[in-house]
Amino acid sequence: MAEISSNLLYSAFIIYLVATLVFGGAIKDKKTEKEKKQSKWAVMGFGLTILGFAAQLGYFVTRWIASGHAPVSNLFEFTTFFGMMLVGAFIIIYSIYRTAALGVFTLPVAILVIAYGSMFPRDISPLIPALQSDWLHIHVTTAAAGQAILSVSFAAGLIFLVKAVDQTKSSKQTFWLETVMFGLICTLAFVIVSSVFSGLDYKESFNWVDKKGKEAVMEYSLPALAGPHKGELLEGNFEPIAEMPAIINAKKLNTVIWSIGGGLVLYGLLRLIFRKRVAALLRPLVKNINLDLVDEISYRSVLIGFPVFTLGALIFAMIWAQIAWTRFWGWDPKEVWALITFLFYAAFLHLRLSKGWHGEKSAWLAVIGFAIMMFNLVAVNLVLAGLHSYA
Amino acid sequence: MNEVKCECGHVNPHGTVLCEACGRVLDEKEKDRKLVDMRYEGSARRSQTYDKTIVDKIWNFFSSVKVGIWLIVITLIASALGTILPQEMYIPPNIPPEQYYLDEYGTFGKLYVEFGFHNLYGSWWYLILVASIGISLVICSLDRVIPLYRALKAQKVSRHEGFLKRQRLFGISTGANSNIDLEQIKINLRDKRYSIREEDGNLLAEKGRFSRWGPYVNHIGLIIFLLGAMLRFVPGMYVDKVLWIREGETKAIPGTNGQYYLSSDKFILEVYDKEKDKEVFSDALGKMGAVAKNYQSNVTLLEREGDAIPGEEPNLKKVKDYSIKVNEPLKYDNYALYQVDYKLDELDKMHFNLINKKSEESFGEIEIDLYNPKLKYELNKGYSVQLMNYFPDFEFDENGDPVTKSPVPNNPAFIFKMFTPDNPEGEVSFVAIQQTVEPFGDNEYKMAFAGIETKNVSALTVRKDLTLWVIGLGGAIFMIGVIQGAYWNHRRIWIQPKSGEVWIAGHTNKNWHGLKREINMVIKDTGIHEPIDQTQEQEKKIS
Repeated sequence: MAEISSNLLYSAFIIYLVATLVFGGAIKDKKTEKEKKQSKWAVMGFGLTILGFAAQLGYFVTRWIASGHAPVSNLFEFTTFFGMMLVGAFIIIYSIYRTAALGVFTLPVAILVIAYGSMFPRDISPLIPALQSDWLHIHVTTAAAGQAILSVSFAAGLIFLVKAVDQTKSSKQTFWLETVMFGLICTLAFVIVSSVFSGLDYKESFNWVDKKGKEAVMEYSLPALAGPHKGELLEGNFEPIAEMPAIINAKKLNTVIWSIGGGLVLYGLLRLIFRKRVAALLRPLVKNINLDLVDEISYRSVLIGFPVFTLGALIFAMIWAQIAWTRFWGWDPKEVWALITFLFYAAFLHLRLSKGWHGEKSAWLAVIGFAIMMFNLVAVNLVLAGLHSYA
Repeated sequence: MNEVKCECGHVNPHGTVLCEACGRVLDEKEKDRKLVDMRYEGSARRSQTYDKTIVDKIWNFFSSVKVGIWLIVITLIASALGTILPQEMYIPPNIPPEQYYLDEYGTFGKLYVEFGFHNLYGSWWYLILVASIGISLVICSLDRVIPLYRALKAQKVSRHEGFLKRQRLFGISTGANSNIDLEQIKINLRDKRYSIREEDGNLLAEKGRFSRWGPYVNHIGLIIFLLGAMLRFVPGMYVDKVLWIREGETKAIPGTNGQYYLSSDKFILEVYDKEKDKEVFSDALGKMGAVAKNYQSNVTLLEREGDAIPGEEPNLKKVKDYSIKVNEPLKYDNYALYQVDYKLDELDKMHFNLINKKSEESFGEIEIDLYNPKLKYELNKGYSVQLMNYFPDFEFDENGDPVTKSPVPNNPAFIFKMFTPDNPEGEVSFVAIQQTVEPFGDNEYKMAFAGIETKNVSALTVRKDLTLWVIGLGGAIFMIGVIQGAYWNHRRIWIQPKSGEVWIAGHTNKNWHGLKREINMVIKDTGIHEPIDQTQEQEKKIS
């Protein structure tokens, strides 16, 4: 069962990749757009997306059966589930608005999210006592669904910005848009670097001294550019370039350095080959886009996603916290960042309704909202210590 | 207060921009605008009308959405600051915070404490921020909902030309009246669940007006939620205590005023077993080592009968047996007991033999209950041991005198006086783990260690929270309001025949794409042309 499950996830991943390319074809083939009929490519792309979603749903169900609990209990399971919800949210929004470009932008984000999640340990692990509750399924699935729908607003916002930002001269807008692209490319770099070295079965280990002065062993799965405090190479033959003080987690920092370094190389290559900003490179994909429509898609996704997010990430979360942790609210970093996400989208809605922040401003806000959610997914689990650090 | 009478005869409150009844533009400044500002229907809001007294100024400050947004954004940033380092409640309780943050995080940690960020969410300024959001919610809502309600209630079917022309969706269809099938439109509108009002041949089709109240409903929910959170500070509403209980022990449950007692039968810790649990877990368990499966306290809840009399044993009646697990608290009479912590194999009893040092002959064994030691232990035929002093958690203080750090027997030490027929005066011996001191010279006898007994200890949180239903009610109302406002739209379509032409105008509070699509379906085959989106027209002209 576990075997079938991981094969299904793998197939879903491939199908999403193909679907993205097919949606790309739908954009090239724009003659039919005026006739209000979908092009053949778009129908195919949508069909493939649904097929991929079904395959991933198969992964989800079989893994659930194999483990006896909903597979949302560690970073790998949650992140891939979030990717699946993102595809699900895209399916809903696409069936309302039928914009192929939305597929070209949303699916790659979902693919990146799933690939990122797959870099973490994939073993099926049993539930610790705090997680043994039906609220695990209810809270985590609704919260992920809410975040996914809100993320569609990011994809729509990105389309808006790629189209609307003037690429003929460099400005604050082009800089920040490139920053967003660079962030996505760094995630890609992280996935590539991690896959390559885990494919090579690369290992290094160090004797090091932690901040309490105790000796310990630290294992690296990437070559250590940043070595641990007073590190002494035990296994492997790559000497670290720099040694970190004990207060810094050298292994995590090393991964960050690899991701950013890899991202710089990839980004640099793109710029060298095409002699254009990455956002300018994407521009042909959005040439037929109606700005008003993507603005509306972005806003609509926030309107649909905000109540779902509130229900899942705050209300269900509070009910469960009252049962498992004795109090409905405890200022745990994950809780606080869910509150921050809530406050941010509340501000977004108020700015839009009352201050008339439509179009470009609203698109930037959608990008920031996504950044906040990704911070909550990545940094809060891996960097800030708290009750939610399961992985 | 000078009211404004519109040409249509409707009397509007002072400050109205668009006549509540016919929509005529009343404010001179608005007359030059291409499109009317339809927010709050152009009604007279207190904050936009009065600005004289102090009350006006405070009202206007808090009624501003701009201020509200700033409050939200500042709270957001402040909340984020509090997550950089763990809050005070998550650090070990026995170290002063200044020390802990300095040791763990260096100078940055020291500054963090100096700014008070280690207890950020309980700080006065954070509470003021949240309270300001509460005030802003109340005033913003009142400032808007009352005039909006008035305007939507007073609206007439026939609207002024200037009002229709200045709607975002507007179109004029020319051609003979006979070509235009108003009856068909009405049928189409009803199919789309519009409620239709008619007046002098003019149509107003409207649906989803209740979604306009969504924001105010959710604000009410939030206010109730915040009030619920404040209720916690009312005495008697909230209990938060911890009860450490050993196996076999019966203790009064703190926070219940001695009404309830708990006796613990057993604490159980289970870990996953590679061999016995599901096979799919074996890889993960191999890598992770021991993974906890269950924390459980088997307890009996007891209730005191009659009044408490100091110094007398309470008369206890059994209420129920229960197995408290994580996620399965014991609930009774507004109280809940949660499994939160444990200690395995805590020292409980110690055994010693009184022996003669030379002959190593034993003259009897004593058992010391470390939580309730006796003063004197009688042994057979003239032998006895007096416990002169007891240090459950022993250490030497700076003067070299033995003291105890805590009442918990982590490191017990004893001063015994041994009475034997050879030494009827008694010999004094200081006994701690792995060490014996004889302060008055060599003794003939000694207390030889003869084993320990241990017990598991379980920590339970005692919780009573009478504010929960208020918080739950607030949350539920908030969700209803948010869904009401987000998943429905208030749509209106005006259709007015005017001397050979038919005018159509449409307005929605959001989701224009949906409204346009719906209008297209409604006017299909009726001879009316699709109205123009005047915002897009304007943008096209600019660009």
